[in-house]
This record gives sequence, structure tokens and C-alpha cells, in this order.
Amino acid sequence: MQTTADTGRPIIEVNSLVEYFDVVERGILRKKKIGDVHAVDNVSFHISEGETLGLVGESGCGKTTTGKVILYLEKPTSGSVLFEGMDVFETFENRHQTDQKLLRRRMQMVFQNPYNSLDPRMTVYDIISEAFVIHRNIPKSQWTDRVYELLRMVNLEEYHAERYPHEFSGGQRQRIAIARALAVDPKFVILDEPVSSLDVSIRAQILNLLIELQRDKHLSYLYISHDLSSVRQISQRVAVMYLGEIVELARADEIFDKPLHPYTQALISAVPVPDVDHKTTRIILPGEVPSPINPPQACRFHPRCPHATNICKQTAPKFEDKLIEGHFVACHHADKFV
Amino acid sequence: MTDYLTPSTRDSVNEWAHRLPEKLLEISNLRTYFFTEAGVVKALDGMSLEVNKGQAVGLVGESGSGKSVTAQSVLRIVPRPGRIVAGSIKFEGEDLLSKSDDDMRKLRGPKMAIVFQDPTTSLNPVFTVERQLTDILMLHRDLTKEAASKRALSLLERVGIQEPEKRLKAYPHELSGGMKQRIAIARALSCEPILLFADEPTTNLDVTIQAQVLELLKQLQKELNMTMVMITHDMGIIADMTERVTVLYAGKVMEVADTPTLFHSPKHPYTEALLKAVPSVKQTRALEVIPGNIPNLIEPPSGCVFNPRCKYAKDICMKQEPPLEEVEEEHYVACHFWRELKLEGRAG
Repeated sequence: MQTTADTGRPIIEVNSLVEYFDVVERGILRKKKIGDVHAVDNVSFHISEGETLGLVGESGCGKTTTGKVILYLEKPTSGSVLFEGMDVFETFENRHQTDQKLLRRRMQMVFQNPYNSLDPRMTVYDIISEAFVIHRNIPKSQWTDRVYELLRMVNLEEYHAERYPHEFSGGQRQRIAIARALAVDPKFVILDEPVSSLDVSIRAQILNLLIELQRDKHLSYLYISHDLSSVRQISQRVAVMYLGEIVELARADEIFDKPLHPYTQALISAVPVPDVDHKTTRIILPGEVPSPINPPQACRFHPRCPHATNICKQTAPKFEDKLIEGHFVACHHADKFV
Repeated sequence: MTDYLTPSTRDSVNEWAHRLPEKLLEISNLRTYFFTEAGVVKALDGMSLEVNKGQAVGLVGESGSGKSVTAQSVLRIVPRPGRIVAGSIKFEGEDLLSKSDDDMRKLRGPKMAIVFQDPTTSLNPVFTVERQLTDILMLHRDLTKEAASKRALSLLERVGIQEPEKRLKAYPHELSGGMKQRIAIARALSCEPILLFADEPTTNLDVTIQAQVLELLKQLQKELNMTMVMITHDMGIIADMTERVTVLYAGKVMEVADTPTLFHSPKHPYTEALLKAVPSVKQTRALEVIPGNIPNLIEPPSGCVFNPRCKYAKDICMKQEPPLEEVEEEHYVACHFWRELKLEGRAG
């Protein structure tokens, strides 16, 4: 596939994605389903070529599940994902393995914890070249050169290829995980909290590396994180999730400077700012995120929302951009915050 | 609100303490080493720290910088194979290192306490919340079981736990992370300590819950006029919660200053680099990278420990360890070149 300079073209389109997990009660003989965990509920977005979409939210809001379902690492309940026009779920359910492998090569993932995501008994060479074994995308005679090239790409040295994961620091391991993801020349990479387990001084290294690689390889990213500061740093657009739903989606500077959803406002105000002159006016939300097994009716945020009125308890707000074009928000009272 | 834990008897003392800074904790030249099979890990290597009464002080650093070991050393709970090998720790003028284990036990709780990072592991899973709180009160305060329970209940109210009667009977696994951390705070405060160590108390919590817990700590610190040492890697928490900061790197003090001074005019290259390497929700900027990795503490770099990653390093930095010098009033820096370097702070 050729790389196009046209960045407006969506590389991935997620439509009404739903993922429920069964809640079961185990009896002596049989299991009985007693409910659903609404992990992801009617999530839609697209990502353009060369773009980074940040997906933020607190633990349990469904952001990682969204990423996994897009790659068909979890079976979706309903909805569809189009990758360059190709139906991802249909391909994995009905089509031939060659098509499935093609998709796997186009879409890759980097996980949060590089201590778990790398096999401790494989050398770095084996970890990276495993992709070539599976995908047979390059002849064996070129494997070594390609592994070295990938290592240099992530600022590691050639001699690192012969080492094992335990010989590396967290930041270096995350570089190996990135090299492995890039081994098959993907166009779209899901980054699931790639810097959260790293030290402060190492985070900047990895963030800058990801931005550089994106520019050089024209990659598209879905950047999943609870760390809003790093999301602002890397994303062009940001989606905010709460209890399985996207409540706001807009350009990064709009989300951070003029958030329209009360949850986004509270979330951003809660982040400590590394600036002594910054006056903190924290919006403290009462209580905790409710259980996704029985999410609140209508607007899911209403029990914790400082602006909630009767309508919020009765009807679910529409997710639309009628106030500011391209700034989607699901709140009955969003017009107050424009 | 109950009147328990509100300062009454300490009022007069506190007023006095405000007028004249009184040294509560003085650590000097502390060395805490871990004698592992791979070699001696110099977790703290000549660490010094002074904390005045009523102050909120920050200890900032990355993993392996020695921030947690500092708290463990003061409380004398350094885990094996670690040992304090040199230095002195004075608390209220008394030398802690010469105290017997029994005497230390009497200090931990009533005089100083700690809130750990992970409330899931710091609370005992087989005891109810009530038992974990009353045990301490019965031991240190000589209360009957009933009186201790009553106090435990008011403590839970104090740290903002909903339905405290119900939570008192709960086991830790029945509670959320934020609630567990509130209980850990209640436990630490149960005997009204003078000094509280908060060791990354919000690192495992979600952002909105972190905001709740930080707000609670701030409020409690002010109301009880408690001295707090906030241990964190997050410059945002430092900016928000502390008056004075000590920057640690590889077991050594790099810089000590009042928080605004540290942010506006850092004098150590590591502080400058750290300030420029952290992103902010308020704006985007090019992040400056600190090259390399955190040093191995078994064989730390010779000379200045930061020299392999320092962009200003010269020959002398590899050979000679810089002393911690007072560069202006109450501002200490360990760098050979603090006079020459024009470092940038973090404006905005």
C-alpha cells in the first residue's frame, strides 16, 4: 500500500462499538448469567492517516477494552471497525487467514507493561524476528539486517539483539516492544499506556521517540492513557471516556483549554500542574465511578455531576457537535460552558 | 465533625512554632546500604534533610533515588538486607539511631507515621478496618475496646468515608482503592503524629480520586498543623502540596530550595532537566530528553552521580564529587558549576 500525503483520509473508522462481558453466578452444576458489564457502549470515532487520537479516562472506563476489540483481541458484542475500508470483524470471523494476517501486519499494539509483554526466555533478536517467522514478509537472509535496523530506529544498539529482556531497563524494554510492533511495517498502532510504568526522565524519551517515528513512518496512533499530560503532548484529537461511553471528543487544545463536558472539566482540573504559579481550582467530584454492571440511567455521569438537573436523570444526552463544529460532547448543559 | 483530632492542646505550641522555625527532623550524612548478593546497593549515600515543624516538605526523585528509603530510615523500618551504616537522624533533638527497638515502637504511631503507596498491600487483608484501627489505639493510647471503636468511627468520618459504621466492619478487599487509601491515612493519623510521611500516596489512584486524597491531606495537614514529608516523582504534586523541596538522585541530594525558587530558578542541571522533561495539561512544549538511564547503585558513577547524563558535564564532574553548597539563603546545590551555569526554570 502506498503512503499518501493526504492526512484527511480516515485510516480507521469505529462505528457503534459495543462490548459487554457476562456476569455469571456459578452454581453447583451450571453457570447462570445474571448481568452484563457494559465495558464499551456505543463508541464511534475515526482516526486519520498520520494522526494521533488520545483516548483518556479512569480505570475501568473501557479504554483498553476499546483498543483490544478494535484489533479483535476480544470478540465484539456488536458494532464495526473499518480499516482502510476493510471490515475488521468480518475478516477475522469469516475470511481466509491470509487476509487476517494482512490486517495483523497493518495494525499493531504496544502494551503498558514491558516487564510482562516480552518473553523472558527469548533474546531480543528472537522477539523481533518472530514477526518475520509468522508473516514471512522478508526473506530469511535479511532478518538480521532488519532487526538491526529496527533496533537503531528505536535508539538501541546492534549488540542488544543478543541479550534477554531482564538485562534491560524499563525504558529500553519499551523500546524493544515498539521495535517489535514496527517489525511488520504497520500503518496503525494502538499504544496502551506506553509510558505509564516508566520513570519521569524516561517518559520524555519514549514520547519523543513515538512522535518521531510517527513523522518518519506516517503512522496513525490510538494513544490510550489515564495520564492527561502525556495525552496532551502527543495527540491531535482527544476522546474522553466515562463508564464505557465517549462523553467528549475534540481537538486536543479545545478539550484541554475549553472542555465542554463537566466530567472532562473535573478530570483536567484534577491533574497536578508542574507550575508553582498555577492556581489550582480543583473540581472535586463526589464519590467514585459507579459499577459498569448497572450503570446509571440516562446520563451516566449525573450522580457525580455538579451541574446535573432533572433532565440528566431522564434522558441520555446526544453525542453531537452542534455548539462548535468538530467538538463532540454528550451533555444537556454543554451550552453553558461555551 | 467530631472534636477528636482537632488541635486544642497543641494550639499554643503551634502558634509559637509558627513564629520561630523549629527543627523537627534533621538528617545528616545518612548512608543506608543494602547488602545484596550482587553487591552493596548504596540506596542513600550521604543524604541530608532538615524539616521544620509544621512544614510540608517534598522529596522528589525517580525510582532508585532513595526517597522511600529515607522514610524507612527515619522510621527505622529499613527492610533486610538493608542497614543504616552511617550518619545521624535527629527527631525533636533526640538521636533516633541510638534508640532501642522498643523506644522506636513507642514513637511510631504517636510521633511519626507513614502512608504507603499501595493501600492494597499496606492494609492487612485478614482483619476488618475496625481491628486495624483499634489495635493501634489500644496499644498506644491505652483505650478500652469500646472507646477505641468510637474513635475509629470518628476517624473514618474525619477522612471523609461515607457510611463509616458499615465500612468499619468491612475487610480491605471490599473497599475501593481510594477508600483504602483514606483508611490508611486514618490509621496513620489515629495517634495524632507530629510527622507524617506520605510515600507516593496517590500513585496507584485515578486522577479524580487522587485529587480527593491530595485535598484531604492538605486539609488535615493544615488543621492538625502536622509536619508532612511528601514523597513523589510528580512535579505537579510538588508544586501543589509543598513549601520546600529536596531533589534526590541516586541516593544523593542534588538541590534543596523553597518550592517556588526551585521551579523559577533551579541551580542544578538535574532539576532543570526534570522540569523540562515533564508534560503538562496546561500547554504543550517540546519535551527535553534526559539521555541515558538511572545509574546502577552498586557501582554508581564516580564524581558527580549525574555526570553521565548531564549536558554541562566537564572533566572535574567525573573525578570529584561536588559538595552541597549554600548558594543563597536556604538554597543548597551540589554542582561544581552552579556559579557559571545559567539554568532555566519552568515559567508557566
